[in-house]
Amino acid sequence: MVEEIGTTQDGDLIINVGPQHPATHGVLHLVITLHGETIKKVEPHLGYIHRSIEKMCESLTYRQFIYVTSRMDYLSSHINNHGCALLVERAMQIEVPARAQVIRVLMDELTRIASHELWWGAMAMDLGAFTPFFHAFREREMINEIMEDTCGARLTMNYMVPGGVQEDIHPDFVRKVKEFIALFKRKVDEYDEMVTDNIIFRKRMENVGVISAADAISYGLSGPSLRGSGVSCDVRKYYPYDVYNQVQFEEIIETGGDSLARYMVRIREMKQSISIIEQLLDGIPDGDFCAKTKAVIKLPKGEFYQRVETARGELGIYVVSEGATTPYRIKFRSPGFSNLSALDHMARGSKIGDLVAMMGTLDLVIPDIDR
Amino acid sequence: MYLVNYIKEVLSALRSLLIGMRRTLFYFTHHKEIITEQYPDNRATLKLADRFKGEVVMPHNENNEHRCTGCTACELACPNGTIKVITKFDITPEGKKKKAIDKLVYHLELCTMCNLCVYACPSDAIKMAQTFEHSVFDRNQLTKVLNFPDSKIMDGVE
Ligand code: SF4
Ligand code: SF4
Repeated sequence: MVEEIGTTQDGDLIINVGPQHPATHGVLHLVITLHGETIKKVEPHLGYIHRSIEKMCESLTYRQFIYVTSRMDYLSSHINNHGCALLVERAMQIEVPARAQVIRVLMDELTRIASHELWWGAMAMDLGAFTPFFHAFREREMINEIMEDTCGARLTMNYMVPGGVQEDIHPDFVRKVKEFIALFKRKVDEYDEMVTDNIIFRKRMENVGVISAADAISYGLSGPSLRGSGVSCDVRKYYPYDVYNQVQFEEIIETGGDSLARYMVRIREMKQSISIIEQLLDGIPDGDFCAKTKAVIKLPKGEFYQRVETARGELGIYVVSEGATTPYRIKFRSPGFSNLSALDHMARGSKIGDLVAMMGTLDLVIPDIDR
Repeated sequence: MYLVNYIKEVLSALRSLLIGMRRTLFYFTHHKEIITEQYPDNRATLKLADRFKGEVVMPHNENNEHRCTGCTACELACPNGTIKVITKFDITPEGKKKKAIDKLVYHLELCTMCNLCVYACPSDAIKMAQTFEHSVFDRNQLTKVLNFPDSKIMDGVE
């Protein structure tokens, strides 16, 4: 860091953005080297919200460590929990009842919509539009209420357990989700009308933060950010878990590689999530919502890896087990961390005003980056 | 030609702005669509979801009896040491010693509302309450004893 500053030329300006700066999400600290208005370098400084989750997990049992993962990418908490539960189930060869599988996928997709909606509102607000934020939160509130009914929480769910889910869905669940879908279908068009087709918005997104497919892969981008560069990478398609191989959905790919492409991927993904939910909602199988499991879970000796597609990309969970009740080592491959690493590459040579658009379309969630 | 294009672009920009503003105006004139809740003014009518996880409580029946056997499953399930089960030995009428709960200490300030204790309890002795206004002036007040004074275990709960 020190020597890097030494390489700046005359007339360069170094500014710090964050953590208290309102332009950043969460507590990300960016050191930006500017030449005039042009960005020469962006250096993210991490660690402001580091909670040592991986280390904490080493002292928690296989039932307990799931709740901590809700606090990583808090907007995809169901999906994080799902990944952990899947890992334990695969290692222990637990058969998950069909009902639980469907409930989990429903919850995952609702989470994805809620997360994309929040992203959409926050991103539009970053670019100077204030109203979309409230529109997005209004629809997201409906999902939050559905979650609150069934899981008792709005953000840090801890609803999925090894073997299934903690409680059966609320009797009102299906009705409320149907209401939400009917309303949301109208609202998505409203979103397009309000933001997507807006000329100011388009001008600020088109050809901003372009990243080629090859670069995107080498930086380890995943999820909607990578699919915006035209790479097919959906974990739900390539490594389907639970009932994802029984539903029809399209993997959204845009080839632009710019901020607008990443934006469009997420908007279109919301519609795909709706379609997945519709396919599953009417045929939730009867039966148990959780398999019978041993009270104390001891993973067999060995290494285990499980990946899931969160709203931001691929979350990988890697566990080394020594055969004890707690993991020997846990590593989370979080999508946010890899996505952030591409920011410098994207931003070089563009204007400082465009940085917010790039950060917005990478959909950064800082607790996911820091863990 | 340049000028015509320029004017066209300005007009299309205006049009797209007006279309966007139409939404704003719609909500400005349609008050029914507004969903903001006026907390705390609506405290009397505010109802939270039945399963909302606000705090762990131990329900007692009218005879001051609870269902807790003192098995410490909740203490073991809790990821952050929120619950401490302090047991004692009761003498049953037959003169036998029986393990029973003395105090179930609950540290609300540590609790993450993960529901694992409720999920682990084999005799449904604890549950989540829907309270959420937890602020107090001294954090010692957040340490609670969940079983009521002089409470006993319900008949038939093993
Ligand atoms: S809800 Fe979770 S953190 Fe709170 S007491 Fe129960 S197990 Fe512990
Ligand atoms: S509350 Fe339930 S789990 Fe905890 S000691 Fe009592 S009976 Fe056991």
